[in-house]
Amino acid sequence: MALASPRKRGTAIAASIALVVVGVTFFVPLAWIVLASVDPAATVAIGIPSSLTLDNFTTVLTPDLTFVPLWNSLVVSGGTALVTVLIATLAAYPLSRYQMRWNKSFLYTVLFASCLPITAVMVPVYALFVALGLLDSLPGTVMFLAATSLPMAIWMMKNFVDSVPISLEEAAWVDGASAMQALFRVVVPLMRPGISVVFIFVFTQAWGNFFVPFVLLLDPDKQPAAVSIYNFFGVNGAIAYGQLAAFSVLYTLPVLFLYLLVQRLSGGFALAGGVKG
Amino acid sequence: MTVSTLELDSSAPRGSSAPLRPRGRGKDAARTAGRLLPLTPAIALMGVFLAGPIGYALYGSLTNATLSGYRAVNPDFVGIDNYTRLLSSGAFWQSALLTLVFVLTSAVIGQNALGMFLAVLIEKAPKPVSGVVGALVVGAWVMPEIVAAFALYAFFSTNGTLNAVLQLFGGSSVTWLISFPLLAVILANIWRGTAFSMMVYGAALAEVPPEVHEAAQIDGAGPLQRFFRITLPMVRRAVATNMMLVTLQTLGVFTLIWVMTAGGPGTRSTTLPLLAFQEAFKLSQVGYGTAIATVTLMVGAIFAVVYVKVLKPEVD
Repeated sequence: MALASPRKRGTAIAASIALVVVGVTFFVPLAWIVLASVDPAATVAIGIPSSLTLDNFTTVLTPDLTFVPLWNSLVVSGGTALVTVLIATLAAYPLSRYQMRWNKSFLYTVLFASCLPITAVMVPVYALFVALGLLDSLPGTVMFLAATSLPMAIWMMKNFVDSVPISLEEAAWVDGASAMQALFRVVVPLMRPGISVVFIFVFTQAWGNFFVPFVLLLDPDKQPAAVSIYNFFGVNGAIAYGQLAAFSVLYTLPVLFLYLLVQRLSGGFALAGGVKG
Repeated sequence: MTVSTLELDSSAPRGSSAPLRPRGRGKDAARTAGRLLPLTPAIALMGVFLAGPIGYALYGSLTNATLSGYRAVNPDFVGIDNYTRLLSSGAFWQSALLTLVFVLTSAVIGQNALGMFLAVLIEKAPKPVSGVVGALVVGAWVMPEIVAAFALYAFFSTNGTLNAVLQLFGGSSVTWLISFPLLAVILANIWRGTAFSMMVYGAALAEVPPEVHEAAQIDGAGPLQRFFRITLPMVRRAVATNMMLVTLQTLGVFTLIWVMTAGGPGTRSTTLPLLAFQEAFKLSQVGYGTAIATVTLMVGAIFAVVYVKVLKPEVD
């Protein structure tokens, strides 16, 4: 349409201007982290560093400040993601393959549970952990995080199992495989991208979680990066902003990388439908 | 637990229903049990660590448990005392009101409207611009919450970026986190969470066929008319779903507020999750804090039920 094209170009320009204005407000706090991390005299206000330095990084790259907390984060998030993926795969299989009377009510309950604001109940969770003697226990924290990620993971995983054609399993059954053998030898290898998406999704959420380990883990040697960053920078009166920013960069990079990986794995479908562009 | 193919609904695992023909009760029950076996770890884990705390919350809120000391080990059953105390407490109602304002303005209005606005613009703008801006918005959402909270604390603090920009344009600096703590955390939550709404709406808008727009344009409908009369009605299910989800997510926000204002100054940004935390851990009133948590959970449960009802046709 010849008439529409100038108008379309006008719309595109107006949309671009509006997007750039919004984009700048999103850009500034993000840019502060990056600029402050290489600034020898970083403050809370954004500014171009007078000189570039890696001192902030070398200062925080010590076992106490960075390596132990990041290792703890890896243990907690990796453990949570492993437990969640394994249990969700097992649960998703019968939910997808058999038509059972209470399948739907189970799925509704799981959907309902995935919506509840779990952070709002950390006080009773703490009380329960005291009663069970699980306070300050890494496995206990992992189990709790896995339980809170399971509802969403079961839903995602069931959709992935649904998309695997059943004819391949039928062939395995004819050869005498049990349902579990068919699941792990036939279905799981076929839905590897889907399993990776769920794994990364759960891992990222656990990696970024501050409140759960903040309440359930007391020993500084067990605390993941989210809590150690808060304890070090939030409690100390005079904040070394450059170091805070440097640590933030180190702590954020893994999830950024995993997000990009999940985008590639799922072809842009990702966590909530994906972004265009 | 070998399964024969005959009992499986082989054409469509989901959706169509193929009732199993019972061949004698015992055998049927054994088979059902075998099929349920893989579900048991999930049910056990969610039962202990998800249903457990919720049940414990309902019980704990009826006791006078404290954080330490005698009452931590041997709490008394006090019935609904915590709830009557709660409902007659000014601090609780103030916190409930703050939570309502926080959720309404930052999620239902802020994230929701800005997310839709961005999704629409991203469809119209040229790819380089929409790609970069989309990535920035998603970046704010992907990073760990505590890092976002520190970045926004720096942005709003008295010597921070916002005041530096205001002074650049001749304005005077404002102590945002002290004078307008609620406004600061509301804007922070919009910054942090808009990406979710933007992605939901981006996916929904992609489903709207362009022919509908072209037809309306030929009929003389302006851009605003087309958006409100055509696009919005066509994505109304996505809008309903998204509103529920952002409400539930925002109801549980703790870290962002805790790092930026810690609920202060005074109690001027103490939403319900922060109030429950402070009562339980600062004032050692675990029973009372649990009652606050239970009320928050109930509000969340109501929204979750509505959400499940909205989505029901998609499951069936």
